[in-house]
Formats: sequence, structure tokens, C-alpha cells
Amino acid sequence: MGELVFVGLGLYNEKDISLRGLEEIRKADAVFAEFYTSLMPGLSFQKLERLARKKITVVSRKILEEEDGKPISDEAKKGKVAFLVPGDPLIATTHVDLRIRAERQGIKTRVIHGSSIVSAVMGLSGLQNYKYGRSVTIPFPKEGFTYETPYRVIMENRTMGLHTLCYLDIKAEEQRYMTIKEGLQSLLDVEKQKRRHVITPSTLVLGVARAGSDDPTVKAGYVGDITNHDFGPPPHILVFPAKLHFMEAEALITLAGAPEQIREIVK
Amino acid sequence: MPRFRQTSDILKLMTKKQDIRDIGIIAHIDHGKTTMTDSLLAEAGLLSPKIAGEARALDYLEEEQKRGITIKTANISLLHEIENKPYVVNLIDTPGHVDFTGKVTRALRAIDGVVVVVDAVEEVMVQTETVTRQALEERVRPVLFINKVDRLIRELKLSSDQVQSKLLRIIRDFNNLIDLYGEPEYKDQWRVDPAKGTVAFGSALHRWGFTVDIAQQKGIKFSDVVEAYHKEQWQELQKTIPLHQAILDMVVKNLPNPIDAQKYRVPQIWKGEPDSEIGQAMLNCDDNGPTVICFTSAQMDPHAGLVATGRIFSGTIQEGDQIYLVGAKKEYRVQQVSMYMGAFREVVNRLVAGNIAALLGLDLARAGETLINMSHRDAMIPFERIKYVSEPVITIAVEPKHPKDLPRLVDIMHRLAIEDPNLVTTINKETGEYLLSGMGELHLEIAVKFLKDYGGGLEILTSRPIVVYRESITGQGVVAMGKSPNKHNKFWIQAEPLEGKLIEMIEKGEIMEEMGRKKIGTVLYKEAGWPAHEARNVWALEEHKNMLVDMAKGIQYLREARDMIIAGFRWAAQAGPLCEEPMRGVKVKLMDVQLHEDPVHRGPAQVMPATRRAFLGSFLTAGPVLLEPVYKIGVSVPHQWVGEVTSIITRKRGRIAASEQKGSITMINGYIPVSETFGLSAEMRSATSGHAFWQSQFDHWEKVPESIALTVIEEIRKRRGLPPEIPKPSKFIDEA
Ligand SMILES: Nc1nc2c(ncn2[C@@H]2O[C@H](COP(=O)(O)OP(=O)(O)OP(=O)(O)O)[C@@H](O)[C@H]2O)c(=O)[nH]1
Ligand SMILES: [Mg+2]
Repeated sequence: MGELVFVGLGLYNEKDISLRGLEEIRKADAVFAEFYTSLMPGLSFQKLERLARKKITVVSRKILEEEDGKPISDEAKKGKVAFLVPGDPLIATTHVDLRIRAERQGIKTRVIHGSSIVSAVMGLSGLQNYKYGRSVTIPFPKEGFTYETPYRVIMENRTMGLHTLCYLDIKAEEQRYMTIKEGLQSLLDVEKQKRRHVITPSTLVLGVARAGSDDPTVKAGYVGDITNHDFGPPPHILVFPAKLHFMEAEALITLAGAPEQIREIVK
Repeated sequence: MPRFRQTSDILKLMTKKQDIRDIGIIAHIDHGKTTMTDSLLAEAGLLSPKIAGEARALDYLEEEQKRGITIKTANISLLHEIENKPYVVNLIDTPGHVDFTGKVTRALRAIDGVVVVVDAVEEVMVQTETVTRQALEERVRPVLFINKVDRLIRELKLSSDQVQSKLLRIIRDFNNLIDLYGEPEYKDQWRVDPAKGTVAFGSALHRWGFTVDIAQQKGIKFSDVVEAYHKEQWQELQKTIPLHQAILDMVVKNLPNPIDAQKYRVPQIWKGEPDSEIGQAMLNCDDNGPTVICFTSAQMDPHAGLVATGRIFSGTIQEGDQIYLVGAKKEYRVQQVSMYMGAFREVVNRLVAGNIAALLGLDLARAGETLINMSHRDAMIPFERIKYVSEPVITIAVEPKHPKDLPRLVDIMHRLAIEDPNLVTTINKETGEYLLSGMGELHLEIAVKFLKDYGGGLEILTSRPIVVYRESITGQGVVAMGKSPNKHNKFWIQAEPLEGKLIEMIEKGEIMEEMGRKKIGTVLYKEAGWPAHEARNVWALEEHKNMLVDMAKGIQYLREARDMIIAGFRWAAQAGPLCEEPMRGVKVKLMDVQLHEDPVHRGPAQVMPATRRAFLGSFLTAGPVLLEPVYKIGVSVPHQWVGEVTSIITRKRGRIAASEQKGSITMINGYIPVSETFGLSAEMRSATSGHAFWQSQFDHWEKVPESIALTVIEEIRKRRGLPPEIPKPSKFIDEA
């Protein structure tokens, strides 16, 4: 029996991989990668293969989900396989099934972590890790249907004084990445139906674009203003802060250009 | 001769509702509807001088003239004077061939009365019964025209007494139909009776006819008619007792005007509140009420685009009106309003309630659609769905001879599907399958002909006709679990057969998805005896009579997943696991669900396939069976060949239900699987030297005998490029 190593690629380009991760790739008999769960805006696949010194097979959602990642587990039964995933490989729940299944088939698994959007956003904004509630993804809207879950999660977190990290949907196959503006619009649409004053033009929100790159955009402000702020190319992400610790308020003002009045919501 | 009137005069006539009749001509195939209508058009057609020069007969499609049968429905308007008072008769000629009964069904929505034509030689036939029944169900009042009386005299050489007793038998048989299918409140009043002027006799071919009334006025007796033929002087009859006078007198005097008719027809075809503003306006056929139209046909005109024809039940319609289509949920501006004059469309400024209008500019209008003016859009309940007696059970595959013509073929298929709601077109770009499904071989033959014509000589290759099957189950399946592709969502589903009685109720339209969950719940609870918690939770009712019921309790996020679960259910129901034929009569219970917290991890791409897997898995454990369509067949044949016909039908897995002697002819009625009918014509012809006439029409679905089911399934799988083996339940059911 072989071995399956999940290797995190980090956030921005091929250089975000850890040295240990790179060693694992170079030692592996076969290397697979997926790029449908996140966008790494600076990544060059050729450069990654050059670094790896071997061919990398890109697997689609279809292969991983509908075919249960069969090509990967087949190789991993014979030898050492590295599976490259953007960010930290097991933060979103997507790949845990592959890992469980591999272990059950007698394939040993290990994880080499990479930097994650979760820690990057906390770091860039100064909103403390201790104070986040559940995170949630805002899905692309479907015609005639609105998802209420993101709205409800923000509301519930806020009543407990907790911030909400909102991932924005991506459709990698179609190269569609939801922008901050689209995400906010989708929430405002729910607000129109629910009228619980969860998302109003004067709600404080933080937008981050291209976390992990050399030129991230980090901007906090009121929904009405942030909707029209130019965040540049994707990927984008949103945070809805709840009650602020005074250090958080100072960080948002200094690091994210938030308006001075936000000191008033410090508890 | 056709009357020439200025359009303005005609429009004035059309506002006098007491003097309007909206009627149709219905009959068994070949009994003479078109011949009769043509003669009415020739004598009483209403034409504006502009188009009079181009007038021609009603079966103007080349295909109709070649085959001598009617394929489409045609609208015309006639002018008839009784005691110097003009009446407008808006008339629809319909096809008699069973393959086109759907068109009769739609036409009936627009009219208040019908002339049922019966061939005096053949008498009341299967299709006479079908169309009369349909008329009665729509509360459309019938009168009777017994046609081809000339044949009784010239061919059958019957005496005057014999003629009369045959005619009386036809009247009795026809009244039996009214007794059988009429509603209690109307049937006594609607029985036809020569003494009351509701029966006419004549010959459409020779253009004479009379009612008892006319005969008395003109002092004509049956023996005079017989005499006229014996002396070869029947041309005289055209002058003394012209057909159009008999028919149109009968129509004007006995069939209702729109004001009277709408009072009792509207409650039958519209289930909204009678006391509401809209309800009152329709019941009274009120020009000043909200504009309400029910469309009965949609035709693509190469120049004008979509022409939607329908009956105005209240209000007025005018070019430029802002209107709303209730089914399509879309606003439009009416680009043009026209009416039928003779056989042509004539643009008019405005039409009022009680008339039949043709409108341009409403791309999504289809037969059965409801139009309402914008200001009442939210108050409008749509008309009752048009219910068809038949289902499309035969399919052919078509493809263009030259691949480059594919886009054109697809375009024309769309057009055909718009015009003929009984033709099902399936376009599957992935598998390259382009399918037409219809009522019978003739229906498809005509459809292919239209494809070629509309395509300007497009060359098309067609497959042999194949039968459409259904997949169903005989018992309760296991509670099967299906996981989403990402493995983060689980669905537990159980399939079981829907009660036969319930399927019937769905077929009759007593339960429809459009009724909404609450109303469906009430009907299921009260009339089908379902437990309340099941009755209340019907999520979907699919076109092939499959039902999805939610039995899962207190599941978080289920509301967000609901539409996707329904979509997964429909997907599975469209193509069953045996051989990807549609399912029929399956009750699908959603027993339990576990969902991921985050909405993108439980999107459509996850929920739909998982629902489908669980459904298919349970289905396969529920005693799956294949159903085939069975035709009702009626054969009329001289006595000496009865044995041959009987043995052909039984040899082809059919059965004889009844046979009845009518003079020298025997009428044989029975059932035969559709799959056994290809090539039946040739066999019948050679066994009876061409003396058998027969018609067949879809009747019901029946289990394919076990001895051949597997072979049939295998063949279908092979045709679809599927592996020969039926999948095992374990292919779809996931382990915990
Ligand atoms: N002898 C005789 N033949 C008639 C008479 N009326 C119609 N026919 C013939 O019967 C055949 C059928 O007539 P159509 O008018 O086409 O019948 P139809 O009911 O419109 O037929 P479909 O629309 O196809 O159902 C034609 O050959 C007519 O010439 C009649 O009064 N006497
Ligand atoms: Mg005809």
C-alpha cells in the first residue's frame, strides 16, 4: 500500500507552497492537483510543474466527486501520491471524504498545511480569531430563488457578538468569481424580503481582495460605500464584524480605512 | 354566393352579441365536415371585397388535398339571414382522424355549439362518440347533421321507408351518447329531435339539406328526395332546399349566442370566483369588463410571426393594448388584432367579447393560455387546463441528411412544437437525438412532411417508428439512501405505486400541480383517503403521473434544497432505470434528509443527483415493470371476413371486446398493443381484400407480458447505447 499526502498550495502563486510540501511533491510517484475550489490569481501551472520537476495531473470536480477520486486512490494504492490543493487542503470540507475513504482502503494519509484565506483575512483586518462565529458561503443567485442561509448566519452570529466570514461563490469551470458587490447585492435582496435590518446601507462590513498577494485590497466601511468601492480583480471575500474590541476598531481604522465613528461600537 | 360587406359593417354586426354564434363542425373521419363547410363558405362566406378574389376551399394545405383529409383546424366566418335579419356565424372546421383529436379538444374551448356530422351509411362511429363526448364535457351544445343521404338512395338503393328508419336509428344512437356523457342538467334539453329542428338531413356533396321545419315550409317529403334521385334530378334539390340554409337555420335557431352560452359555460371551464369582477364580466360576456381571452391555437406565420387565436370571454381587445399572459407570466403589447372573414385574416381595430380574435406579437401565447389586461393581472385565475383524450405513444428519430442543416431542423422542430401541443419534440444535443412523438403513424408522417415543407425542402432522414413505453412498480421499495457527489448530503427515499384511482383523478385533471399544495392536499385527504400528513405535503406532480411527497420532519435548510430535490425527482422520473423510459404512477416519499451547513456544499449539482440516485435505487427494489401503450381498435368489415380480422387481432396479442352487426357490416371493437400495429394496414388489406376499415386510438397502459419484457428492455437499452444489463439497486443505493 502506498501513501496519499495532501499538500496545501497557499494563497497567491506557486511560491506559496512550503519547503516540506515541495519535498513531498518531488518524492512522489504521482502528483495530482485541483483548482476548482479556489482561485490562486498568481499561479502559473508551468512554473509549478517546473518546481515539482514532474508532470502534474489536474483533476476536475467530476473526477473527485462523481468518480470518488478514483485515479488518485488507484495510484495511491501502488505508490506515493501528492495531491495539491489551493490554500490549506482540508479547511473547506470538500476533500475530507477522499481522505476518509483512502484510510479505509488502507492508504496512509498525511497533511502538509498551507496558508489559508481564514488566517489571511484575520491577519489583514485585525479582527481577532477568538471572535468569529460560523462562516458561510454566499452562492450565486438562481433565477427566482434566494438563499437565506447567509443572511441568517450573519444575524445569528451577530446576536452572539460574533463576526461572520463570508466566502463568495466561485464557478471555476466558467471562470466566474463572485465579487464583493455581487455578494452584498445578494444579501440586500434577502433583506428586502426579510426586513430584519441585518444588512442595511449603514451596516459595517469589511472587504478583502487578493489576500496573500503583493497588492491585497483591504477596506472596511458601510455597506452603501463598500458596494461601490473598487476592489480590483478576484478573489474577493467579506467579513461582517459584530461588536468590536477596541483593538479591532483601531486596526480597522488604521489598516482598512474604516471611518472613525466605528469607535462608537466598541463595547 | 359569398357576401361582400365593408369591414366596418361586419364589425358592427360583431358587436351585436345576440346575433353571433360561435360553433364548430365535428365528426368521425370522412363523414363530410369539410365538404359541408366548403359549401357553406361558397354560399354564405363573409368576405371583404379586398380578399374575395382569392377565396378557396378550406382544405388548402397541399397535404390535405392529396390525402383528402383535414389535418388542421380552420376558422371562417359566415353571414346568414333569417327573415332579413343578419347573423354572424364564426365557425371552426376540425379534423376527424383520431391522430388529430387534440385539435378538436382545443377548438371546443372557443365555441358554444357544434354541428355533429354523421355519415348516413356508416352511422355513429368511434370517433363520433369521442368528439361528442368531448363537446359535452366542455358544455358545448350539439345539433346533428346526417350526411350522405344520397348514398342510401343511390348505392344502398333503400326505399323511402328504409331511409327513414335508418335515419331514426342514427338519431337514437346519437341521443344515447348524449344520455351517456351529458351532464344531468343539460342532457334532456340537449337531446336532438327532428321535430324541434335540431336534426338536419342531406348531402353535403350535392349541396342540399333540410330540417323538418324547412321540409314543411317547402312541402317536401322524403319520397320526393328519393324520387329526385331516381329521375336523376337531384340538382333541383340544390335550388329548392339548399344545404346552407338548413344548416345555418338550425345553428342560428338552436345553438346559443355567446351571452347565453357564457352563463353556463364559464363555470365549467374557469374555476375562479363567479362573484368577482372578472367572474361577473365573463358570465355576462361584458364588453366593458376586464379583457379576458382563452387561446385555442398558436400558428407560426412566416411573415407575421406567431398568430394566437382565441375566444374573447369579456372586454375588448385592441392594437396596442398592454396585456399579461397568465401561464407564461409575461407582459406584452398587442401588435395587431384581426378576425376571420371567410377563410382569411382581416386586420381590424378592435374586437369585443363573444368573438374569436387572432392576435400578433404575443410570442409565448400557446393553446390553452389565458390573456388578461394588465390592470387585472394579479386577480386572474387561469382557465381550466385543456384535457386531451390521447397521449403521444409513437416516436421517430429525425436527422437532417446534411449535418449543416441541423440548426434549421432544430428551429423547425421548435415551431412544430408550438403549433401542435400534442406533438412532443425532444432535442438532446448531447446524444444527438432528435425525436418526434405523436398520437399515431399518420400524425408523425404529417409532422415530418411539415418539417420538410417549413424547411423549404429540407432533406430529412427518419427512423422506423418506435413505441413509447413507461416504467412503473408493483410494490413498495426499500427506503434507499443516496449521497451527493461531495458525500456531504444524504437523502432517504421510498418509492411505491400510486393508487390506480388516483392516477385516474390526475388524468381527469381533478388533481393538478397548478392547484397548489393546499388544494391538492384537500382533494387527497377527502377524496383519495390519504392520511393528512401525507396529503398536505405533496411537493410535485410530474407530467407522467408521478408524485413527490415530503415526509421528512424538522429538517434545517430543507426549504433551500426543496426546488433542487424536486428537480432531481423530475429528472429521475423522466428516465427510469430499466431502460430510460419515463416512469408512470410512482409515489415518491422523501423520508429523511441530512444537509451540509453551507449552501454551496448543497447546491443543485449536489442535491439533484443524490435525490435521483435514492429514487432510482428504491424504484429498482419495488418490483419494477415495463408498461406498453394499448390502442382501442374499431374495425368495420363485411361479414365474410370477420374471422380473418379476429384472428389477426388475437395473433397480435390483441383481444376482441365486442362485435356488432350493422346491416351487411360487422363492427369489431377490441384492444391491441401499439407495438403490434406497425404493418397492420398491409396485413388487414391482404386478408380482407381491402374490405376492412379500421381506426385505432390510444386507450391505456398495460404491463408488457413477462415472457417478452426482458427482450423489449434489452432492445431499448441497446438503442440508447446503454449496457445490456438492467442496473442493480446497489448501483444507486449508497452505504451509510
Ligand atoms: N356521396 C357523398 N359523398 C360525400 C358527401 N359528403 C362528403 N362526401 C365525400 O366523403 C369524403 C370525405 O369528405 P370530407 O368532407 O373530406 O370529410 P371530413 O369529415 O372533412 O374528413 P376529415 O376532415 O378528414 O375527418 C369525400 O370524398 C367527399 O367527397 C355526401 O353527402 N355524399
Ligand atoms: Mg375535413
